[in-house]
Parts: sequence; C-alpha cells; structure tokens
Amino acid sequence: MNIHEYQAQNLLKEFNVPVPFGRVVFSGDDYQAILEALHFDKVCIKAQVHAGGRGAGHFKNDLGYGGVKIASSKKEALDVINSMIGNTLVTEQTGNGGKIVHKVYLAEPVQISQEYYAAILVDRDLRRPVLMLSTEGGIDIEAIADRSPEKLHKIIIEPSMGLTISQTKELADQIGLPMEQARELSDLLLQLYALFVAKDCSLIEINPLVLDKNGHFLAIDSKINFDDNALPRHPDIVKLRDVEEENPNEVEALQYNLNYIALGGNIACLVNGAGLAMATMDLIQYHGGQPANFLDIGGGANEEQITRAFRIILKNSNIRGIVVNIFGGIVKCNAVAQGIVNAAQTTSFSLPMVVRFEGTNVEEGKEVLKSSGLKITFANDLDDAANKIVNLCK
Amino acid sequence: MSILVNKETRVAVCGITGKAGAFHSNQCLEFGTKIVAGVTPGKGGQITASNIPIFNSVEESVTNEGVDTALIFVPPMFAAASIMECIEANLKLIVCITEGIPVLDMVRVSVALEHSNSRLVGPNCPGIISPGLRCKIGIMPAYIHRPGPIGIVSRSGTLTYEAVWQVTQRGSGQSTCVGIGGDQIIGMTHLDVIKMFNADPETEAILMVGEIGGNSEELAAAYIKQHVKKPVAAFIAGVSAPQGRRMGHAGAIVSGKYGSAESKLTALRDAGVAIAEVPSKMAEALCSVYGR
Repeated sequence: MNIHEYQAQNLLKEFNVPVPFGRVVFSGDDYQAILEALHFDKVCIKAQVHAGGRGAGHFKNDLGYGGVKIASSKKEALDVINSMIGNTLVTEQTGNGGKIVHKVYLAEPVQISQEYYAAILVDRDLRRPVLMLSTEGGIDIEAIADRSPEKLHKIIIEPSMGLTISQTKELADQIGLPMEQARELSDLLLQLYALFVAKDCSLIEINPLVLDKNGHFLAIDSKINFDDNALPRHPDIVKLRDVEEENPNEVEALQYNLNYIALGGNIACLVNGAGLAMATMDLIQYHGGQPANFLDIGGGANEEQITRAFRIILKNSNIRGIVVNIFGGIVKCNAVAQGIVNAAQTTSFSLPMVVRFEGTNVEEGKEVLKSSGLKITFANDLDDAANKIVNLCK
Repeated sequence: MSILVNKETRVAVCGITGKAGAFHSNQCLEFGTKIVAGVTPGKGGQITASNIPIFNSVEESVTNEGVDTALIFVPPMFAAASIMECIEANLKLIVCITEGIPVLDMVRVSVALEHSNSRLVGPNCPGIISPGLRCKIGIMPAYIHRPGPIGIVSRSGTLTYEAVWQVTQRGSGQSTCVGIGGDQIIGMTHLDVIKMFNADPETEAILMVGEIGGNSEELAAAYIKQHVKKPVAAFIAGVSAPQGRRMGHAGAIVSGKYGSAESKLTALRDAGVAIAEVPSKMAEALCSVYGR
C-alpha cells in the first residue's frame, strides 16, 4: 500500500525523525488563512499524488513548472495552490493520462549544504532488511547506482539484533561525518528502522535526506510503502489509504479478494493462480495480442467472486474479447462456469469469449456453459485458448 | 525413491479443524499420505471425522504419533508462529500452504531456519507430491499426476499443474513435484530442490518453472551449469509483465541486473537448459533434451 508524502512525513515525525515544518492543504480549504498562519514567507508547494517524478513532471493545463514549486511570497503561493489543485499532473510514472491533484503540501524551504539518499527495504535474496545510504541524493536511485555505485553504502540488518548503533556509527564514519553529525545521523537511521519494523513497511525511502546550513539532518521528501499482508494488524495505516489515487477497478477487486491489475491491451483475462495468469498473458502476447488486465481469482474463489470478477473486467471499455483459463485445484470449474452465467445474465455482454477448463469438475463446468445458451468458444489447452482469442479479437 | 518424503513420512496437519485444513487432510489421506495427527491449540484430545487425533501442540504430536513432517493451513497472521513451533519441535519437513504471511514474519522464520535442521517448503505454495510413493502433502489435484522419472520444481501453483499435466499427457510421469511458493521470502529455493533432484537416482530429468523477480532462477542456472548432467528444461513466466508494477525504485537496485525474464533466460540457456518459449510447450522442451 502507498501513502502520500505528507502522510509519510507525519509518520516520520511521530518516530522522531526530523522533518521540515509542513502542512497539507485540501481542495476547498481556506488557502489564504492557511498561508497567513505560516511562520515563513517563502513556501515550497508540492502536489500530493501517488507517483514519483513530480518535480520533473508537467501539468496538463501548463503552468511552466512541475509538481514541486518554491514560491517566494505568500501571494505567489496562493496563485500556485489555486493553479495546482484541480489540475492534472503528468509524470513519467503516471502515464499519459496523469493524475488529478486534490491536495498539496506546504513545506518550509531548507537551506541545503549536502544531499543524501537513505532507504530501508527487505532484500528477498538475503532474506533480511537492508539499509542503503548514498552521499549523492536528490536524483533517483537508479541513476546513483549507475553513475557512482561506490557512493552507495549497504548495511545488512540481522532481524534478531535489529539495526545496531555500531553499524550506523560505522556508516557515518565511512562517509566522513564529524562526531556531532555522525551521532545525529545514527539516531535518525535507528528511528527509521524502528518505524520500518513497527508498521511493517516494505519500503522507506528518504530522498533527499539533507544536511542543512546549520549542520542538522532533515528528511525533505519521503516515500513509504507498506506490506499489504501485514495491514490487518495495522488499522491506523489502513486509514491512510487514499482510494482516489488508486484504479477504482483495482480497489473494487481487492474488496472481493481478487488480484486485478489494469493493463493497456484489449483482451480481458480471467485466470486462477498468479503464475498461470502471467503465463496466459505471455501467450496472448506471443500470438500477437495484448492483454487488457492481469486477473488472478485466487485459490479458493467461489461463484460470487467469479461474478464480481467478470463485472470488473467488463468495466474496461477497451476490451474486445475475454479469455477464461482455469486449471481447477481448489477452484472448481463448475463454480467458475456458474459465475460466468450469472454475470452474463446481469450485464448482457456480447463479446467473444474463449474458455479453457481443466482440473476439478471440468466436465460439469463445460456442461453448465453449454446449456446456458451463451456464445462460447471452447479451447483444448492453454495454447489453443490464447490463439483462438487473439484471432477472434483481430 | 523420491526427494523430501519417503514411505515412513508421518504428517501432522496444523490448522486441521479449519475449512481448508479439514478438506485437504481428507484429500491427502485418500491419496495415501500418512496423516497421523492434527494440531489445533485448545482442541487437543478431540478426534476428527476421519479419526485423526488432535493435539494442542506440534511437540505433543511428535511425542505421541512420531510426526516428522507438518502441513500448515493456519491463517496468515498466525502462520509464522506455527512454522516456528515446527522448527522448535525439530521437524524434518514443514510444508506451508498459507498465503499472505507478512514479509517481516517470514524474515524472522528464515533466520530460525538457518539455525535448524528443518526444511521449509512454501509458504503460498501448492505443496509437494510423490505419485510413486502415494504421498501428497499439499493441495494439488491428485489425478493429473502419474509416477515417473521427471522431477518438477516451480514457484507457482496452477502453472505447476499445467507442467505436470503436460508431462502426464505425453505418457510420462513425475518422481516428485515441489511447489516452492510465490512469496518474496520462501524456504527451499529452486537451487535447493534441484540439488536434491540431481542426487536422486529415480529422477532422470528436471523441469523447472520460474517467474520474474528475485535471483532464484539465476542461482539454479549457475549450479546446473557446473554440476547437473541430467537433462533440464525450464519456463519463465512474466515476459509480458509490465515494468512499472514492480516494487519501488530501491527494490530494483538491490536485485541489480537480476530479476528480469531476459536475465533468467540468458543464464539458463548458458547452462545448457532447454527453454520453453511458451507455457504450452514445457513438456515439449523437456522432450527435446530427454528421450523418454
């Protein structure tokens, strides 16, 4: 799960990680009053959307600047807020459609003397959390790793010990910090790890982490992602979810325990199992088609979930055909068939559909579909299914 | 012979009183697996409808029924504790079916595993089956399997069934099939299982099914190149998966150049592995290097 920068900054503050003063502004707030109350004149205004590359992005209704703008007066700040909110921001991560800005974050500008990059995440191959720190910050991490890998330091964290003071001190030494600042950085990193564990984060990224003109560390911009699996034990984090930022179909799918990801093509897929779903997409592409979505109905899907799944994939107006690929194990083919029939009755779709059933209750499943009167092309195997749907959608 | 399980394997099902646990225990029993105990805290002393004694702890099932293997269906928030309990009871093999265990829970489990004699298959996996031994510790549909000389290892559930089915339909069969699980942090890896297949006299050829992400397939490829003389075929799922939907930027860095389908396929080709370009040709690829 993703959250906004202002929410991430609040969490950092809660864990005693120093951040610049900041305040979120929602669409419809009294912008003037909020600005008057600020104790500084120069204001950094940042569009709050779930996407990276905001600073280098551009607005659809062009403003001559991207999603991050420093205004030199409160008067200018008011203009910027009014222009950003309601406008659509396009960045390299939003796609061409961009994202509508519903809120902005006002932060006190910081006089920077040095920029760093810090991140904590789980390294799946080491099976442990790792802390990464680079003495080059502000640019994206791929560029850092490309350009100056020697500046990227990595600490492997033993879960039973946690991140230790000796590890963080050693790191501070390696990057040549004097004692006072070494202690400050060390404390900051220990707090970051405390947050990482306490809230089951999958990623904390501070970019840039800065040393200001007064010699203090500050987290200027942060990104925090959470492990979806752990959300049931963090109701406070679940409350931070902003469904406006997510694909509505994906949000709906999640409610019914369906794993749905919208894609750019025109062939809708309904498959059980993530691996088989990926393999089905691969085959569609191999035969010259483009999948409209990834949809894994999961291990124990019932009739109701299948009906929901069908309604969700049909909401995509681009689709020209549907392929259903089920290898029944726990999932029973006849339950999937009944779900399809139910969905067809309530949505009256007329798109070509190819169905491949194998495994548990395969014959019963085919029978349900045959007697339903729906126009369905049956496929003998995986390859046949992909081939047939691609031809039908040409 | 088979890897990981044998005729003496005695299994306890953790979470046997839940819906999935009860259903699949019966399926395994019907296939021939020696399910000798169930574990559900607070229900010790009871007996299931199929006459399996229930214990409060894994330890008790070991003492009373000689259990050496566990099959776990415990809900995700409690599954890691259940795996830990099995490690403490010194079980040889732990198969965890549960999907959705928090990543940091699995980090702690994998450290405990490193200091133990236990092997973990999963989590988020279909389990393990040896058709020749009539031993199934998992949720796979039994009828698609047939005893034979092919060892199958896969990260995915239903894609494993697909591989198994293709092999069976060609008139061959499987020595052992291991679904190692699709989560970020798992117990046994492709490499661990392939080492065992390589040493198993009844496994004559190996079919490996991988996916994008991580470096499990690359590590296996390096080992195959050096040590495996048996014919190996592989399929990697996710060639068409969109780039943007992976973890944040930092995730890509730790994996470095690893993780893409490209990198995996290159490593496998270099190791002399026959590649199935499409998932419908997994058995065909295997046949191209293995005559039977």
